[in-house]
Amino acid sequence: MTRADRSDAATETLRGGPRRRRVRTGAVGRGVPLPLLVPALIGLAFLIVPLVALLVRAPWRSMPEQLTSADVWQALQLSLVCATAATAVCLVLGVPLAWLLARVEFPGRGLVRALVTLPLVLPPVVGGVALLMALGRNGVVGRWLDAWFGITLPFTTAGVVVAEAFVAMPFLVISVEGTLRAADPRYEEAATTLGASRFTAFRRVTLPLIAPGIAAGAVLAWARALGEFGATITFAGNFPGRTQTMPLAVYLALQSDPEAAVALSLVLLAVSVAVLAGLRDRWMSAG
Amino acid sequence: MIEKTQATAPGIRPGTAPDGLDARLVVDRGVFRLDVSLTVAPGEVVALLGPNGAGKTTALRALAGLTPLTDGHLRLDGTALERTPPESRPVGVVFQDYLLFPHLTALDNVAFGPRCQGASKAVARARAAAWLERMGLAAHAGAKPRKLSGGQAQRVALARALATHPRLLLLDEPLAALDARTRLEVRAQLRRHLAEFEAVAVLVTHDPLDAMVLADRLVVVEHGEVVQEGAPSHIARHPRTDYIAQLVGLNLYRGEADGHTVRLEAGPALTTTDDLSGPVFVAFPPSAVTLYREPPAGSSARNHWRCEVAGLETHGDQIRADLSGELPLAADLTTVAAAELDLHPGAEVWAAVKAAQTHAYPV
Repeated sequence: MTRADRSDAATETLRGGPRRRRVRTGAVGRGVPLPLLVPALIGLAFLIVPLVALLVRAPWRSMPEQLTSADVWQALQLSLVCATAATAVCLVLGVPLAWLLARVEFPGRGLVRALVTLPLVLPPVVGGVALLMALGRNGVVGRWLDAWFGITLPFTTAGVVVAEAFVAMPFLVISVEGTLRAADPRYEEAATTLGASRFTAFRRVTLPLIAPGIAAGAVLAWARALGEFGATITFAGNFPGRTQTMPLAVYLALQSDPEAAVALSLVLLAVSVAVLAGLRDRWMSAG
Repeated sequence: MIEKTQATAPGIRPGTAPDGLDARLVVDRGVFRLDVSLTVAPGEVVALLGPNGAGKTTALRALAGLTPLTDGHLRLDGTALERTPPESRPVGVVFQDYLLFPHLTALDNVAFGPRCQGASKAVARARAAAWLERMGLAAHAGAKPRKLSGGQAQRVALARALATHPRLLLLDEPLAALDARTRLEVRAQLRRHLAEFEAVAVLVTHDPLDAMVLADRLVVVEHGEVVQEGAPSHIARHPRTDYIAQLVGLNLYRGEADGHTVRLEAGPALTTTDDLSGPVFVAFPPSAVTLYREPPAGSSARNHWRCEVAGLETHGDQIRADLSGELPLAADLTTVAAAELDLHPGAEVWAAVKAAQTHAYPV
């Protein structure tokens, strides 16, 4: 699978698969072999039942007070701020990285692309440990950050952003690189013949042309950052108000107050559904 | 070569560097090698004409700086440009499918160049508006490219290229993206704009008509090399390769002349009215060929050969017969004549050409 395929697959999934391709030929199941139909329906149920269960078991009556509690607000606010900041980091670093991978021939490009994709398949906890080794107080880079600038990242809110960006960046890079590869590089050449430097051509021509791909990638990265758990708890810990994001709060609440956990989960579910809806209406149909 | 000396006239003024374009473009890609020399005076329009894959577009890209030169030189108005990056060259390009920026209006597309050259937004837009006005597109200034017709988009592309005041204007198949009807109109407009352009213009095309209408001089490129150059009318009358002969619709042969007789490389001899000796080309138009079912004994034509019909093509009310045999040739005849002769692929015919309708010239 190539990078572009993968991002296409990702957007395809978000779009809800190829649309309106229903098997509706008379009686239900006619023409669909049972060995395919049965696992398909079980698979569908497997994906949907847990979400339905979440709605069924939701403590609707105590919901208002659950959601207005200071702790929930704090976690939600922190989650939104960190996910947004992480997305910003991904955009600032990821878009140029995607451009480099798509437009510049250099030795070892395949390897670099593989490394960029690695966090996508890496267990997030491993990512968290790796971040500690790199940016921890005694880490390879963190030591110098601490000594020279007095910056410590682990177990801080900035650490949450770092952990989330680490995990979310591949989504953005892959999405933007796919769009860049599909975009006609000759527009950049045309800009160049009009006196634009390569950077101006990128800024004034390429960037507007690939904006839908960037937006889609940013939303994917944001959603991934919002749900990030493993790398965050490993690298940034679980301090309420500082590093305790929604997923961490859900996990913690499940031990002491399951009702609260369900309520918090519902909030995250609502955010996810909103993201999906937003993607569909705004960018996916346009792209 | 005669046609070279009579056609090229670089504007050399005493004591100054020669104005215009002086280039030798060498691009080596292993399997393909382009080696083309070009000299164009200011105000002159030169067309690079050639079949697909001949290297015309590569030559254009090399002039624009989009493809690096392997060897050779490139001087424009006396300034060496080989090492100048494309954004710093005083070159404007009209691309084959125009490549108008789809997210910008026609006005902002044209203003893009002046903006990059440092003009303020207001100045750039004012200049762009003047260009659109000149192209008769003032009413479409606010339109996005996808709302423009092919002819309009072509003119916006031309305005965009000219708005940077280039000293070298490059046009890549400027009419290829248009349908036949718009093409006629746009060709005439483009000719007018090119005539007004005071610097060097080089256009690339595979269409001989576009080349002959738009250009003052043709440079025919085949397999990465210049095979012939000169004024359109001259090339039409004196083609030097099969490709050019086919383009201009002539039968062309090479042979050895001895007085009025030319022994053709293809085999038979041919009588001409020209008196020459040594290697020559002989050309005649397909309309000069007369076809018979029997050997034309009583005919005044002194050149006749037995042929077989290899193919028939209709061009309007004319039929072009592709003949093989002793001398492969093309013949034009009316549909009535074709019916009377009962022409069909495989039919045996005699082809005759009057000596007065052939034209021989030295290689």
